[in-house]
Amino acid sequence: MLGAITLLLVYQLVGEVLVQLSGLPVPGPVVGMLLLFVTLLVRGRAPEPLRDTSQQLLSHLSLLFVPAGVGVMLHFGRLGAEWLALAVALVASTVLTIAATALVMRLLQR
Amino acid sequence: MKLTDIWVYLSTSPLLGLTVTLVAYHAAFWLYTKAKLNPLANPVAIAVALLVALLWLTNTPYATYFEGAQFVHFLLGPATVALAVPLYANLERLRKNLLPLSGALLAGSLVAVVSAVGIGWLLGASRESLLSLAPKSVTTPIAMGIAEKLGGLPSLTAVLVVATGILGAVLARGTLNLLRIEDHAVRGFAVGVAAHGIGTARAFQVSETMGAFAGLAMGLNGLLTAFLFPLLVRLWG
Repeated sequence: MLGAITLLLVYQLVGEVLVQLSGLPVPGPVVGMLLLFVTLLVRGRAPEPLRDTSQQLLSHLSLLFVPAGVGVMLHFGRLGAEWLALAVALVASTVLTIAATALVMRLLQR
Repeated sequence: MKLTDIWVYLSTSPLLGLTVTLVAYHAAFWLYTKAKLNPLANPVAIAVALLVALLWLTNTPYATYFEGAQFVHFLLGPATVALAVPLYANLERLRKNLLPLSGALLAGSLVAVVSAVGIGWLLGASRESLLSLAPKSVTTPIAMGIAEKLGGLPSLTAVLVVATGILGAVLARGTLNLLRIEDHAVRGFAVGVAAHGIGTARAFQVSETMGAFAGLAMGLNGLLTAFLFPLLVRLWG
């Protein structure tokens, strides 16, 4: 558990440092995720403590969005002015994305 | 010690912000199970509403609350890194369907960003809102990272991402039935690309196959959007 958490933090740290050095506009943790994925590919398996800890962390993933979500209170003014544009964009884009993904996948499966 | 003194003491310590976050989430999750996991009773949305009401009633600034809540917020980073593990576990599925999955991922990822930004722009949304809206189909920790990097508002993104997840979980069945798509692998992948973790949770309630493909789609779309979106922004200028 402690080893796995250390590992995740080390990958995140390496990701952040690489992003700073390269100037890539990609979030550091995403680079860390990619590096961990490549490491697992090379090693050919995921160690059990890492699997357990990741599962623990990800099973409570939605809790982790709450503090940022509460930040919506800082944007009430903006939401009041732009809610219609944002709402229409969200609904239409979600339907279009589902349709496009499903249709292309079915087309390429044949 | 008077009650107000206790309040003055507690309101300056991070303990309170952290504790109310966890308590609100537990309450919201309890309601979610009472609602039989209906996507409209999303626990993040309920917890956020409870906390916003609490801060508003007690006249507490967000910055004060965040001093405590930041300990939870910090875990988004390692959680993002941890997404590599389920992605790796789904590797076999990816290998067997490499062409259809990569084609569908690319199409879905592009349509998600371009349609959201395009429609928002046509309806007059501001540039900051558009940048916060663009990564809405990506799992929250990655989406917030993307928005932050490119000048959006991460907290607005968090809210838009959760709203998208709820919409995807509610609208997927009707959309896919209309298109007469029955294969659970295709249905799951489409929901995962469009509606990340909330869509994936929904897909797992229908079948194991649907859930696994949704989870795979969520991880891949997060990665792809993180690399693709900065390029799109550069093109857009």
